[in-house]
Amino acid sequence: MPSTAPTRKGSRNRSRNNGRSRTVAAGFLLPALLLLGALVVYPIGYSVQRSLFDRSGDSFVGLDNYLSLVTDDSLRTAVRNNLIWLVLAPAVATALGLVFAVLTERVRWGTAFKLVVFMPMAISMLAAGIIFRLVYEQDPDRGVANAVWVGVHDTFAESSGFPRARPLPVHPLKAAGGGAFVTEEPVRAGEPVRLPLIGVAPAQMPEEARPAREPAPAAGTVVGTAWLDFTRGGGGRPNAVDPAELGLAGLRIEAVRDGEVVARATAAADGTFALPADRVDGAVLRLPASNFREQYNGVEWLGPSFVTPAVIGAYVWMWAGFAMVLIGAGLAAVPRELLEAARVDGANEWQVFRRITVPLLAPVLAVVLVTLMINVLKVFDLVFVIAPGSAQDDANVLALQLYRSSFGTDADLGIGSAIAVLLLLLVVPVMVFNIRRLRREARR
Amino acid sequence: MSRSADVRTRPAVARIAARAAGGAVRVFLVLTGLFWLLPTVGLLLSSLRSPSDIAAGGWWQVFTAPARLTTENYAHLLANDTITGSLASTVMITVPSTLLVLAIGSFAGYAFAWLEFPGRDWWFLGVVALLVVPVQVALVPVSKLFGAVGLFETTLGVVLFHTAFGLPFAIFLLRNFFAEIPRELLEAARLDGAGEVRLFTRVVLPLGGPAIASLGIFQFLWVWNDMLIALIFADSQSPPITVALQQQVRQFGNNVDVLAPGAFVSMVVPLVVFFAFQRQFASGVMAGAVK
Repeated sequence: MPSTAPTRKGSRNRSRNNGRSRTVAAGFLLPALLLLGALVVYPIGYSVQRSLFDRSGDSFVGLDNYLSLVTDDSLRTAVRNNLIWLVLAPAVATALGLVFAVLTERVRWGTAFKLVVFMPMAISMLAAGIIFRLVYEQDPDRGVANAVWVGVHDTFAESSGFPRARPLPVHPLKAAGGGAFVTEEPVRAGEPVRLPLIGVAPAQMPEEARPAREPAPAAGTVVGTAWLDFTRGGGGRPNAVDPAELGLAGLRIEAVRDGEVVARATAAADGTFALPADRVDGAVLRLPASNFREQYNGVEWLGPSFVTPAVIGAYVWMWAGFAMVLIGAGLAAVPRELLEAARVDGANEWQVFRRITVPLLAPVLAVVLVTLMINVLKVFDLVFVIAPGSAQDDANVLALQLYRSSFGTDADLGIGSAIAVLLLLLVVPVMVFNIRRLRREARR
Repeated sequence: MSRSADVRTRPAVARIAARAAGGAVRVFLVLTGLFWLLPTVGLLLSSLRSPSDIAAGGWWQVFTAPARLTTENYAHLLANDTITGSLASTVMITVPSTLLVLAIGSFAGYAFAWLEFPGRDWWFLGVVALLVVPVQVALVPVSKLFGAVGLFETTLGVVLFHTAFGLPFAIFLLRNFFAEIPRELLEAARLDGAGEVRLFTRVVLPLGGPAIASLGIFQFLWVWNDMLIALIFADSQSPPITVALQQQVRQFGNNVDVLAPGAFVSMVVPLVVFFAFQRQFASGVMAGAVK
């Protein structure tokens, strides 16, 4: 703080000056002090006092409102979620920011990348919330997160072809438990097997499916047909391959003898299949449950178990750019010679990063982490907007609970004020730090 | 193997490795950049699709049928009085809040930097202490206070709240900036007989330009993007755009044709400010993020 004491010219002069400059100073300060006093300082006192009274505000309850933050179930969820936020969000955002800052330094178009990642800082949490409501839509045909997830999932796990397909009572198939079906009778070479099913919507049939046919018996094989025993518009006979009926192309068939699978086949486009008679004769055929599993529908991002990580993802999207830019500024101040010297000494890039860059950046990283923690403590908009009404209890955080307790239908101003005071208490260390730093600078 | 051969081959290997690593870094950055853009692109493309297309499938389908993009959602949105009214409310709240913070903040910043009064440093410490006070502390008390004086659910109430909570940072930033002004400049003006007010408007304000610009941009975006304070204190009949859209989110699913263009319209001003004033934006956000 620079010294601003007026030059001494004589005591009379000074006192007159002081009197006048006091009035001037008061004039300059008054609007600020009035607003701060009425809308910031007074509310702190009010909240502290109100937090010690019950819902009605009439009876003094001491610290009961604070205790209910750990005893009441829904409040405890808010506290627990805030802790998850506090641990995850700043750490992930800072780590990403560090990686981005270090990598963009060495690329010519790094600025363009920085612009893209920093851009979300400019928009409102509401807009970001709407953006991520779209991303997290459950239906894989509409939400991009599930579209990608289901795409990856179906690449690695075979998707089932015929969810909800089932035999009719007249069909020679029975349920075998676990969603599989088996033939009621053992199969014999020379007797074509019929595997009719119903319950597949025409639009859900595989594109390659062709009209089903019954194969002619052939020596050395057990042959048969798996088909959709349903003629559109009616007129089909149950348990008979009618002309318009389609083969269940791709249906998986297993031959089972004494509980062991002895052969496998897959129905062709026209539903026909063949199995080696020497192994299969006398076995039963099973349609394994994998044929009938419900189609994989992706992750329920905004359901009870994933909603908090999902919202944290949106937060990281917004704030990683903040960490990146701050860390980037710190990085620019790291002396190049130090890094070069280490490289000349044979350190590889990872060692340079781990042993020199990160330790030199430690103060900046601490500032970023603390800033994000303060910010995360008060997170409200994103949760309020992204979590659907049904998941808000599971996604609850302190600032959201404060809003509900203060302005919701089940208002309890005692609880609301206690949360407000708690949020304030949690930032007191930062407050003290700011003041100390200022006084240190002033002494210099 | 001789030593000299070792020395000669090493740089070549290192060079190839470095080039490969550089390539990997580029690929990583391009993919990450696209990944970061994806959600926003999704919103933009969704906002340009007809309601029936939105219902039928995701925005990525436009890549197979690009001719189906339409601006009719925007036309509907801008013909909707609730939305245009809420945009006007946003402006009515944002502009005065920004100007008031700049004016009151620079008065106080000047007083703390250059005027003599008893306990000045203590008062300033008090202001610094208020830097990190969360707005949440004031929601209930101020709504009671505003209720008592008839400011609850009024534009003036929202403006005053934003101004009050913008002040600690404004005063802190501007005091530090003003304190850097060379003493001789002020002394010279004083000797010429300039009063404090004249000194402030003719010398301090023009020199404080860059800091005032950064602060103004930060405060402007802060208020423009605010939802919580408006949710509580704004007139529920003509809320700002954030609150108007938030009310739509409750029925999320069948109103993407309103939400997506609405969100984009609300983002246009911040994005323009962001791209036009990158440097000031960055320095404002850096300094003010604790808020």
